[in-house]
Amino acid sequence: MGVICSLPDAIAAAVHDGDVVAMEGFTHLIPFAAAHEVIRQGRRDLTLVRMTPDVIYDQLVGAGCAAKLVFSWGGNPGVGSLHRVRDAVEHGWPRPLAIEEYTHAALANAYEAGASNLPFAVYRGAPAGLAQVNPHFRTVTCPFTAEALTAVPAVRPDVAIIHAQKADRDGNVMLEGIIGVQKQAVLAARRAVATVEEIVERFDGAHPNACVLPHWTLTAVAAVPGGAFPSYALGYYPRNNAFYVAWDTISREREPFLAWIDEHVMRAGPEAFAARAGRAG
Amino acid sequence: MDYTPSELMTVAAARLLRDGTVCFVGIGLPSAACNLARLTHAPRITLIYESGTIGARPAVLPLSIGDGELCLTALTTVSVPEIFRYWLQGGRVDVGFLGAAQIDRYANLNSTVVGPYDRPKVRLPGSGGAPEMAAHCGEIFIVMPQSRRGFVEHLDFVTTLGHGEGGAGRRGLGFASKGPTRVITDLCVMEPDAATRELTVTSLHPGVTADRVREATGWPVRFADEVAETPPPTADELHVLRDLLRRTAEAHGTGPGEG
Repeated sequence: MGVICSLPDAIAAAVHDGDVVAMEGFTHLIPFAAAHEVIRQGRRDLTLVRMTPDVIYDQLVGAGCAAKLVFSWGGNPGVGSLHRVRDAVEHGWPRPLAIEEYTHAALANAYEAGASNLPFAVYRGAPAGLAQVNPHFRTVTCPFTAEALTAVPAVRPDVAIIHAQKADRDGNVMLEGIIGVQKQAVLAARRAVATVEEIVERFDGAHPNACVLPHWTLTAVAAVPGGAFPSYALGYYPRNNAFYVAWDTISREREPFLAWIDEHVMRAGPEAFAARAGRAG
Repeated sequence: MDYTPSELMTVAAARLLRDGTVCFVGIGLPSAACNLARLTHAPRITLIYESGTIGARPAVLPLSIGDGELCLTALTTVSVPEIFRYWLQGGRVDVGFLGAAQIDRYANLNSTVVGPYDRPKVRLPGSGGAPEMAAHCGEIFIVMPQSRRGFVEHLDFVTTLGHGEGGAGRRGLGFASKGPTRVITDLCVMEPDAATRELTVTSLHPGVTADRVREATGWPVRFADEVAETPPPTADELHVLRDLLRRTAEAHGTGPGEG
């Protein structure tokens, strides 16, 4: 457990065809380098879970890795639509994509239920129209007060993938800043992979309440400086807003998208990310 | 001082926020209004974003809901499950500020699809945090530009429940919160009627006629018996807003957006 290894080895060990995969990171620390490795290894039939599928899942869906998308907000933040996801849903290209749609509160609760080893999450929900299109929204009655409450199934991914700032020599992983739902995703999953900006000897000077995932909660840890590009890593590099804007053009039609994937994913490796993020590596 | 309808909309929305309010902020127009309030009459307002930042004081408007600026200026940053469970569902938020693609006469909102769900004409981002914001915030302010495309007779999809079918419909769903209490557009301010909960124009912006509001509304819109005129922005409000938008454009190379 908690093995420090290369990114190709980490993904090969943890991600298999047909897996339910949750790549998390709420705008911050999005594991792009790991997603590109999944594309390079040619994984297929994945169910991709993510609260905010944005450019990272647009790339995986367009590359043909996914059979299903589970989400609660889908878009290119500040820019517009996910053209590859739309093409898959509306035209079945490069293959049909099923969708299962929630609200943020529903999915956040579902991750927490998964991490808590519960079969479902219970919360005060307001799914409105989604309850008519997603049969997983159910109602349970409180056994004490008889209140009607919303229930959704727990998220239990086969594998969770996150990016973080640091690991130590033992493979413990530390996140700082907007921590999103990553801890819950890792603890809800059977296997977990973390990429990190750097590996340090020890977490000297860390706050006693720092968000740390012990090495024994992770299957593999790989150092990939810049691995969250074009999202950001607090303390390392800012969000590359220009890339998100450029993605709208790159992804709008199939041919330019495929050419981009070929050049920047298939013919590149994790070591390319340091320069993209402006990190020395 | 000259101003645009969009500037007046943001200023009118900002004025609704009292100092000391705890406010859950959607991205885009709501974020501009909330930060304008913080930088003018409401310095002690607490802004919460769904990325987990509590008490954010951004110098520039965030481009996405999870910009580093929000975290670095916040009092504290918690996980996303915690923000939805303890803070929103826990009843700690006074006001939620939302935008949407479509609204109906009972202030129900659509941010999911235009057209059928299975074969949408336009696929919008989806729910995000809006449905539970509308359920759990003490009250909801909605800010969106007014047009027939946005203010519709029938929503294609009900993403976020406002006042349902009107009347006491909302309370029948088990929520004690007030739901939408104001809709601020670039033409007017609307409030739900006390009995029917139908949106009613209570204030027209300077120079806007009732006919203009009718033309921009997809249902036969009702007007209050006495319709006020929205006070124009002050020089100070405009100065602070323009300064904020200028700093934001310089920082991002673009304006704030959805997300």
